[in-house]
Amino acid sequence: MIDKIIIDGLSFALPLFVMAIGGIYSERSGITNLALEGLQGAGAFVGALVAIFLMPRFGDNSQIPYYAAMLFAMLGGMIYAMLHAVLCVKFKADQVISGVVINILAMALTVFLTKVVNRVAFGAPSDKFVLGVSQRWTIPGLCKIPILGAIFTDLYPFELIIVVVAVIAWYVLYRTKYGLHLRACGDNPHAVDAAGIDVARVRFSAVMISGALSGLAGMCFAYSISAKYSSGIYVGYGYLSIAALIFGNWKIVPTLAACLLFGLAKSSGYQIVQAAGMPSSYSDLVMILPYVLTLLLLVFFSKHNDSPRALGEIYDKGKR
Amino acid sequence: MKRKGNPVTKFFVKTLGNEKHQVYTIPVFAIILSLIVGAVVIAILGKNPFSAYLNLLQGSGIAPKAKYAGGKNMLTDFSSFLSYWTPMIFAALAVAVALKAGLFNIGVSGQMLVAGFLSSITIGYSTLAAPVAKPLVVLVAMVVGAAIGCLIGWLKYRFNINEVVSSIMLNYIGEYIIAFFIYTKFVDPVSRQSKNISDMARLTLIGVEIGGYKYDIPLGIILAVLAALIIQFVFKKTTFGYELKAVGSNRKASQYAGISVGKNMILAMIISGALAGAAGASYYLGYFASIQPKVLPSTGFDSIAVALLGNSNPIGILASSFLISVIGKGSTYMSSTAGLDAEIASVITGLILLFSACGAFIREKVKRSKDRMEEMAKKERTEETDTKNVNAKETDAEESNAGKVKAKEENSKINAGKENTGVGK
Repeated sequence: MIDKIIIDGLSFALPLFVMAIGGIYSERSGITNLALEGLQGAGAFVGALVAIFLMPRFGDNSQIPYYAAMLFAMLGGMIYAMLHAVLCVKFKADQVISGVVINILAMALTVFLTKVVNRVAFGAPSDKFVLGVSQRWTIPGLCKIPILGAIFTDLYPFELIIVVVAVIAWYVLYRTKYGLHLRACGDNPHAVDAAGIDVARVRFSAVMISGALSGLAGMCFAYSISAKYSSGIYVGYGYLSIAALIFGNWKIVPTLAACLLFGLAKSSGYQIVQAAGMPSSYSDLVMILPYVLTLLLLVFFSKHNDSPRALGEIYDKGKR
Repeated sequence: MKRKGNPVTKFFVKTLGNEKHQVYTIPVFAIILSLIVGAVVIAILGKNPFSAYLNLLQGSGIAPKAKYAGGKNMLTDFSSFLSYWTPMIFAALAVAVALKAGLFNIGVSGQMLVAGFLSSITIGYSTLAAPVAKPLVVLVAMVVGAAIGCLIGWLKYRFNINEVVSSIMLNYIGEYIIAFFIYTKFVDPVSRQSKNISDMARLTLIGVEIGGYKYDIPLGIILAVLAALIIQFVFKKTTFGYELKAVGSNRKASQYAGISVGKNMILAMIISGALAGAAGASYYLGYFASIQPKVLPSTGFDSIAVALLGNSNPIGILASSFLISVIGKGSTYMSSTAGLDAEIASVITGLILLFSACGAFIREKVKRSKDRMEEMAKKERTEETDTKNVNAKETDAEESNAGKVKAKEENSKINAGKENTGVGK
């Protein structure tokens, strides 16, 4: 049972984590990003679209559509995120409002387009893309370790991708010049500007990165939880990852801890319902665990939070 | 940059340039733009956009349909549309009140659901007589909504928890808990929704026969319009409304001025929650009579669009909610007659939202080209004194416009400042 909790918990926590990293990039650069929910859905839509067109071409056993979907989900998320970037950076729209708008539009557009594509390309009145279940790996040797071995059992390939992406993202944010500029943009854009760096460009790229990472996360959810792409992808994981990054104080490593907590809370809830032999309707009650936990933790930690100082502020060169 | 004297720029400056009227010209511009984009999408799908838009109006009982089923006519369609419109007004007012105080109540749909559910199980399933039950339904729902709003406001004030995050968390908690109770206690085995409430408690009178036609008469619409007028009055004429707006535009400045920020934030959320509760009552115990578990009402999210489009002004909201409700309500009829997916309606709604979010940008752009034209007009005027062959009328008109711009410049600067410090944080 503990094995199962860890396996399921990780496969939920890691996509959440990579999306939260995207959020951190955007928010550390000073752009409030409530659009994560829409970005992951839009990204996953593009990925799923590519996958269902590739699947018949490569046959059932090929893994190429799977990785292509991941790649295109990142691209799709990135391109869709440019809308948020344009609204926030160039059009100087309110960032909270822009984020919500992006979410509503993403949901409307993808649901609509899924139906249209199904009808036009496949002649079937369907509102989902069936993707099939992802392959799973078990690493021999390591999986034999007591308890912790579960981490290396039944891995989704995307979990490894996420770990690699996360390490790169951490390195870029904390160890490169670009990362320094990005973090400075969120705290004191005027100083960055004075140093001769284009604030708008840094912020624009940060939002695009967050789109790419969100798209990847959305694709992972589509392949792991539902095995299909449908409007069911909008269940609020984007908002959950925002809660995770706030709880993680806009830092990557504490955010990982928050995501793991959510993931393990969710999977252990399920296991408890199953182990106790409760009817399936009780799983609805368990579903609230991550959300309740978020609220409670925020109660304890929000006071000591220091968000990026210029977060949500529209950068106006002439202001000071 | 645009060329000199570009007629397109001139047209936009002329129609959108007047700052006094921008409050409604820019939203109207956003709506027209999104309707055009929507029409292009419909045309690409190989359908006639004009007949599709006409279908929207027909479905809402604003334009006559080709034929009607027995007991139905345009007015019955319209009264059913009113029933659909009511929750949208309440919900958008809920968003607007919070926005005025600088808070973003994204949890309206959750508050609607919880309020509707508790009102259903306490009053909706009771055997109370109609004159007692109907007011109680609204009252219970408003109290429940207000309590949730209060919680969100308090969490924000006391623990600095972003209201967006907390209200979204509460949305999901409410959604799942209510699904659990509906499935275990109140489920209708056939429809898999909650059991229908008694007609005594329902806020929409169903199938009232007048002259051979069956009308669905929504009682809530009166309350909704009344609520809009009251809120308009409160914002315009009372100290409380003024304080609320002050807190919304600049929290620090209001604190220095001796306005209690916490009290006003929590009060705004209480009112916002109560309005969301009323929306829930008119939605689940009016337009519908049951609750679909595990689904948050899309009205709650669309209401954000409506509030923004209506500039958070109650009267503006009456207009914008009307428009969005027409699109929403008419989409079913449109999809059945034109063979278009009903989802195109939500795409158009999304586009309207997107373009109205660009309002600040449009305003700035128009102002800039207006200033440029003003300079050009000045130049032309100096040339005119030499050559005397420039169209005098046009320059004169522009000149007088230009005069207004300068006077308004200070004003618009202040407005821009307000917007920057507006929502969020």
